[in-house]
Amino acid sequence: MSALLNEHPADVSWYEASARARIAGLLDPHSFAEFIGPAARESSPHLDIFDLPKQFDDGLVAGRGTLAGEPVLIAAQEGRFMGGAFGEVHGAKLTGLLRAAHASGGRINTVLIAFDTGGVRLQEANAGELAIAEIMRAMLEFRAGGGKVIGLIGGRAGCYGGGGLISGCCSGLAVSEEGRISVSGPEVIETNKGVEEFDSKDRALVWRTMGGKHRRLIGVAQQFADDTVASFRAAALSLVAKAPLFNLAAMDKEQARLERRLQRFGACKDATEIWAALGANDPKAIPEMNADDFIALADQIAENSDDAR
Amino acid sequence: MTLDEILASLFPAGHQVAVDADGLISGEGPLPDGGKALVTGVANGAPLGIEGAAKLAGAALAAIASGHKGPLVVLVDSDSQRMSRRDELLGLSEYLAHLAKSLILADMSGIHTIGLLYGHTAAGAFIATALATRTLVALPGAHPEVMDLPSMSRVTKLSIDVLREKAKSTPVFAPGLENLAKTGAVLETFDPARSLAAQLSELLQRKTAAGDDRDLIGKERGGRPKAYDITREIERLAAADA
Repeated sequence: MSALLNEHPADVSWYEASARARIAGLLDPHSFAEFIGPAARESSPHLDIFDLPKQFDDGLVAGRGTLAGEPVLIAAQEGRFMGGAFGEVHGAKLTGLLRAAHASGGRINTVLIAFDTGGVRLQEANAGELAIAEIMRAMLEFRAGGGKVIGLIGGRAGCYGGGGLISGCCSGLAVSEEGRISVSGPEVIETNKGVEEFDSKDRALVWRTMGGKHRRLIGVAQQFADDTVASFRAAALSLVAKAPLFNLAAMDKEQARLERRLQRFGACKDATEIWAALGANDPKAIPEMNADDFIALADQIAENSDDAR
Repeated sequence: MTLDEILASLFPAGHQVAVDADGLISGEGPLPDGGKALVTGVANGAPLGIEGAAKLAGAALAAIASGHKGPLVVLVDSDSQRMSRRDELLGLSEYLAHLAKSLILADMSGIHTIGLLYGHTAAGAFIATALATRTLVALPGAHPEVMDLPSMSRVTKLSIDVLREKAKSTPVFAPGLENLAKTGAVLETFDPARSLAAQLSELLQRKTAAGDDRDLIGKERGGRPKAYDITREIERLAAADA
């Protein structure tokens, strides 16, 4: 018997867990009810023409549940199906979830999104690209009315392409060391601009440029989670408590925050230079640091973006 | 149409719109009703990086702060997002999201944002500019794409000829204005032979949908058969009592 079967849902590795396992451990026990689950067989209408296998949930699990007793809506991407990429059905589920939260008249105040995506699904690129634009608009309309959207990033596919842009619209983000947040992936930059620009095989370079520790330190994410579902749940609860409203004041603060980053770090060639400029005594030690030590360091030196997003 | 021709047709009485060395567009021009249109965007097929996104976002936020209630026209002939190690190191995802958020906030603040696609655009730059406007129109010859066919051929391991053949039966993956329009992304294509000022004025007077209706348009045009129904079904299920 596998020990995994006896493990509490909250103790499993976020990175290793499936989308459904992440939801099970994030929400209050047995509170999850799925919308348009696999039984409904709403799969992609476009993969047949490429002779590719479909999945009955199109790689996105959506539904309702409770988080510490509060009703929430939740979506989790399955990074093991087509890299968690946004296709037509996959994206429409998330758009619907955010519009439903907005239309709930305050009954639903929080939407959780467990990102795990390489970006737009190329086989249905136009539908995926537009879905991302629709998700961003629906999310911001919900947030402008007081809604909170918390993004959680630590899966094998990271959060790339349009997923990175959506994550930048969330009220709060938690990331683990394994989580990577970017627009262009390492391979895409190398293919288009050459190995001198970005050596995608240099894994240490990838982690310190796009990985969770760097994203936490420069304020892209406000919470750092250890790689367990329980740690992400605690991070989500903490982010719900401090989620800012989406309005002009928040955007003016974000503008100032992003301009300041350009001024302070625009000449840095490597993440270690940024970490040193932030005040890390031994920046080269950061990639090896354990989660507790890193969280303590980040609490001291990381850029604060709580009310500027 | 070139950018100069477009600006001359949009603002026959003259304008104050300039393009900087990075291809960023900024300025304004008078409207026939006595008001003014603010203009922003990307020209010359330039890539959109962290500095450019911050500059354009700053202009949109300044428009909101100034109390502007006319349109904000976003002209787009861009490359994709700038692909570089430095842009990603400094958090390009946040800069592009911030630009899209600023344009969407402008729309929520009573500024009618209109994207006018007149050349190329792709990927993240497309999402952060044209696709973040309330109404997106195009000019003939515009060629938006999510990813080019050669790259798509590499990823899907299908030849470009096979992809071209498949593209005839489905618009959902192939680049180009017509294919994007079928999904609902582009509302209409302006006629370059007619005054753009007149067509803009007609667009501004038309009653637009209260919300985002691109999924419904995509269904009606047959480019996205499922998105609208899936979205509505999720809304219905979520509204039902737990």
